[in-house]
Amino acid sequence: MIYADNAATTKMSAAAVKTMISLAEEAWGNPSSLYSHGQQAKEVLEKARADIAAVIGAEPREIYFTSGGSEADNQAIISAAAEGRKKGKMHIVSSAFEHHAVLHTLEKLRKEGFEITLLDVHTNGLIIPAEAEKAIREDTCLVTVMYANNEIGTIQPIKELGEICRKRNVTFHVDAVQAVGNIPVNVVSDNIDMLSASAHKFHGPKGTGFLYAKKGIRLTNLIEGGAQERGKRAGTENVPSIAAMAEALREENAKMGKKAAYLTKIRDKIINGLSEIPHSALNGDLQKRLPGNVNFCFEGIEGESLLLLLDDRGICASSGSACTSGSLDPSHVLLAIGRVHDVAHGSLRLSIGEDITDGDADYIIKSVKEVVEYLRGFSPIWRDLINGKKEFIL
Amino acid sequence: MALYSEKVMDHFRNPRNVGIIEDANGIGEVGNAKCGDIMKMYLKIEDGIVKDVKFETFGCGSAIASSSMATEMIKGKPVSEVKQLTNKAVAEALDGLPDYKMHCSVLAEEAIKLALEDYQKRTGEEI
Ligand SMILES: Cc1ncc(COP(=O)(O)O)c(C=O)c1O
Repeated sequence: MIYADNAATTKMSAAAVKTMISLAEEAWGNPSSLYSHGQQAKEVLEKARADIAAVIGAEPREIYFTSGGSEADNQAIISAAAEGRKKGKMHIVSSAFEHHAVLHTLEKLRKEGFEITLLDVHTNGLIIPAEAEKAIREDTCLVTVMYANNEIGTIQPIKELGEICRKRNVTFHVDAVQAVGNIPVNVVSDNIDMLSASAHKFHGPKGTGFLYAKKGIRLTNLIEGGAQERGKRAGTENVPSIAAMAEALREENAKMGKKAAYLTKIRDKIINGLSEIPHSALNGDLQKRLPGNVNFCFEGIEGESLLLLLDDRGICASSGSACTSGSLDPSHVLLAIGRVHDVAHGSLRLSIGEDITDGDADYIIKSVKEVVEYLRGFSPIWRDLINGKKEFIL
Repeated sequence: MALYSEKVMDHFRNPRNVGIIEDANGIGEVGNAKCGDIMKMYLKIEDGIVKDVKFETFGCGSAIASSSMATEMIKGKPVSEVKQLTNKAVAEALDGLPDYKMHCSVLAEEAIKLALEDYQKRTGEEI
């Protein structure tokens, strides 16, 4: 099997699994208990916090453990909105292709009276900082933008956006779920006030993540209860998972440069290979994209059937077609970069990991070419396109 | 658990009656590219019998499987019987479809009905 869906989730690293199991066996005490068995778990927890903080350039006390990226996104946005409301600042700036954990939270706030401006992400999937600066108003309480997009992998100009927010005195939240562990992220040099991350995207366990909130940022609780996480997130901590997350992040961070260089090489080989398919197009900027992300639209075919046939050939991938999203519309990300419905249905995302070989890349290219050609062979749209009854879009 | 039944996967992987009929006397096309499903049925009707049927489909696995199954169900059958084909029968023959995919079987039924109407229009024959 070739697993090319690392943007959906990753396989836990061997070291992370080992950490998780050994701690479940040994450090199962409650970190809030005062006896030494509890305090041993507390020590593990605080070591994980310090390790994670060090990787992103934060202070340990600025890291709050959560159940994952969605919770961190929700808490960051709800917190900034609560502060904004107090000051009569009810405007939020974000982008059109954020993850639903962000967009649906913003939609909820809109119904509560907030005004939301979604920045254009243009055809290359990138925000223009000057447009963000223009969108910020006197009553803007938050700018929330993702570091890297989960579907098309484009990397936003976070540092520039952070500078603008700092200058304009607006809280800046970054959903870095797809970035952390893959590309360098530093909350100080990037001028980030709040950041969300999720362990299962960097070879850690599922259901575990963290929120970074800069000292001085006031957080609103989503979950009330005990005094865990400086009173901002109740619930007995999942110590084995949290320690496994820290272990996974340390590992990914240590090999980041080498891994990124290798993945970029394989990624570009796949992009070049798939570009040979007529009437296809890469989605997202060619350069400013995650090292492991390939995303294409193929005209005349539908994504789900493509995925099923690739699955038959042992390739795990994903698509932004409506059929795979369970809704009537194709991916909001592809629509946001201006792909029309007709071609957005025929999209393919390959998110490769470092276990991929050069031979795997050849096999993927060959398989996708064959399957696309096969499906086009009995597609009524394709027939109309090649017979000139319809105009090609790509 | 797989997404689809074995039957759906069989018809998806090895679709029956794929292609076009050059001298078809009844053609029906339903769906649109915006929604991600288009189904086109070609019928060759002779002496009140569907002598041949072929299809082309742009769509998901269950759309392709539904078209394939529907063509098998009507091939060689009298028009009077073909007229009665329902989407439920297509879905049942496939050992069921997930709820949110039932519309694929509806497309198959509609494409065949449209092709029959087209035949009627072309020939003036009551069916
Ligand atoms: C960009 C982005 N944000 C948020 C999330 C949600 O993370 P989690 O699955 O940990 O809740 C994901 C993952 O699906 C993501 O890709």
